[in-house]
Amino acid sequence: MDDLSELYQEVILEHSKAPRNFRRPASANRHAEGYNPLCGDRCTVFIDYEGDRIREIGFEGSGCAISRASASMMTQMLKGKTREEAVKLFEEFHDLVTGKEDLAAHAEDLGKLKVFAGVSKFPARVKCATLAWHTLQSALEGQKETVSTE
Amino acid sequence: MTAVAHQLARERLPRGLAEPGLDIAKIRADFPILAERIHGKPLVYLDNAATSQKPRAVIEAIVGYYEHLNANIHRGVHTLSVKATEAHDAARQTVRQFLNAGDTREIIFVRGATEAINLVAQTYGRMHVAAGDEVLITAMEHHSNIVPWQILCEEKQACLKVAPIDDRGELRLDEFEKLIGPRTKMVAVTHVSNALGTVNPLRGMIEMAHRRGVPVLVDGAQAVPHFAVDVQALNCDFYAFSGHKVYGPTGIGVLYGKRALLDDMPPYQGGGDMISSVTFEKTTYNVLPFKFEAGTPDIAGAIALGAAIEYIDGIGMDKIATHERELLAYATEAVGGIEGVRLIGTASERAGALSFVLDGVHPHDLGTILDREGIAIRTGHHCAQPVMDRFGIAATARASFAVYNTKEEVDALVEGIRVAREVFA
Repeated sequence: MDDLSELYQEVILEHSKAPRNFRRPASANRHAEGYNPLCGDRCTVFIDYEGDRIREIGFEGSGCAISRASASMMTQMLKGKTREEAVKLFEEFHDLVTGKEDLAAHAEDLGKLKVFAGVSKFPARVKCATLAWHTLQSALEGQKETVSTE
Repeated sequence: MTAVAHQLARERLPRGLAEPGLDIAKIRADFPILAERIHGKPLVYLDNAATSQKPRAVIEAIVGYYEHLNANIHRGVHTLSVKATEAHDAARQTVRQFLNAGDTREIIFVRGATEAINLVAQTYGRMHVAAGDEVLITAMEHHSNIVPWQILCEEKQACLKVAPIDDRGELRLDEFEKLIGPRTKMVAVTHVSNALGTVNPLRGMIEMAHRRGVPVLVDGAQAVPHFAVDVQALNCDFYAFSGHKVYGPTGIGVLYGKRALLDDMPPYQGGGDMISSVTFEKTTYNVLPFKFEAGTPDIAGAIALGAAIEYIDGIGMDKIATHERELLAYATEAVGGIEGVRLIGTASERAGALSFVLDGVHPHDLGTILDREGIAIRTGHHCAQPVMDRFGIAATARASFAVYNTKEEVDALVEGIRVAREVFA
């Protein structure tokens, strides 16, 4: 598989065209806005956060295929997770897309997020893949200001 | 629309007679970087509005300066200092001719167009703009011709007015004229839009402002690489451009200003070279242009910019303009003809850049896919977010051209866009 097909895997393209949880959940009690000034991508992550657990999660915004698919799959992965689990997963995901990940060590945790391994060959696209995650982190911390990838 | 605005709307770039074709293969051989391969493919460099590539003559001017001339200027009596000063002076003279300014004292070396605009905002602007006054810009400005005025207006409690553009990306001249009011103290407009390629009908716009006694600064960063600019014919008060977009190095740029205005302006920065005498009680500022050139300047950069202009002169700016106009027309038709492509910026007069969006493919994804084909384009908001907002988009893909680009490269771009459509089909 060449680098491009590895980046734009079928599942990523599918999520970018039909993102899951692309909405503001009615029960959302926290949200944060993310912005990638490099490409103009915007992302708002909404969470229903109660007792250290993400009970519901959704996102809105505009962006490239990588950022949309990443946000979509992130919401699928994090529903029901604790803050600690979410933060740990972000660290592993970050390692994955920056090429630091020892896949075997985290294979189970990352699950289908492993399709983003191809991003590591495209350093200019790491910020696209991590925008939603940075935004989620900001929502968990209850920050008000727009989080920037820069 | 007023009668004047109608007349201005019909204004066209001077077309000139058809030039005999350029030997593009020979020109390409002058640019060492064009031999690079990207992901195993020949480099197709279509990001010239961001920065152009450099001919060997410019690279050699930098090396030659440091190998044979390097010394500080306006300082020593020793031979190298004299030679370096002469070379620096000669570069200023070359720039003067390039813009057809009347006097080398009107040519200020700065870091780039951004610094040139900041200089005017912080000197002329701070001197003449007061609370309740207005500065007029247009909706197609680069951030560098927005933010310096915003900073000034915030400090002075003045008002930044913005002349609108239409759906084709052309300035609404009637609205522009109406917005020049009794409180307008400055008009700052781009010559060519970096995001849309629109060429503004400057002469008439400057006349409109001057009839009301308002000076005009022109951001020429995207104009000087593509056609001949004559600041005296335009009758603009200030003209700014960057060396690196016109085959010169980064870090050097030019502010042209009318002498009478520059003479009255306070200095921008304090330091060496901009003074004629200093005591702890009083400093007397140096004469033009040195009053605005504090500190040791980018000597190599200025000399290399001179070499870039000489390179352009060697080819002939009219020939470059003709070649690029044909290339832009060819690209507009070829890219515009691809199913799902929407051109952003379809003004009747355009130069340099072709901006577009592709149905179902985000510009950033398109940029990545093209890069794997060796094709470099710009994707994003092009530091012109208000333009993106005007068209209701977050980003565009932009192909922008220089003298060394070819129709074959446009064909490669078209093919690359087709590949992207297949990936996202």
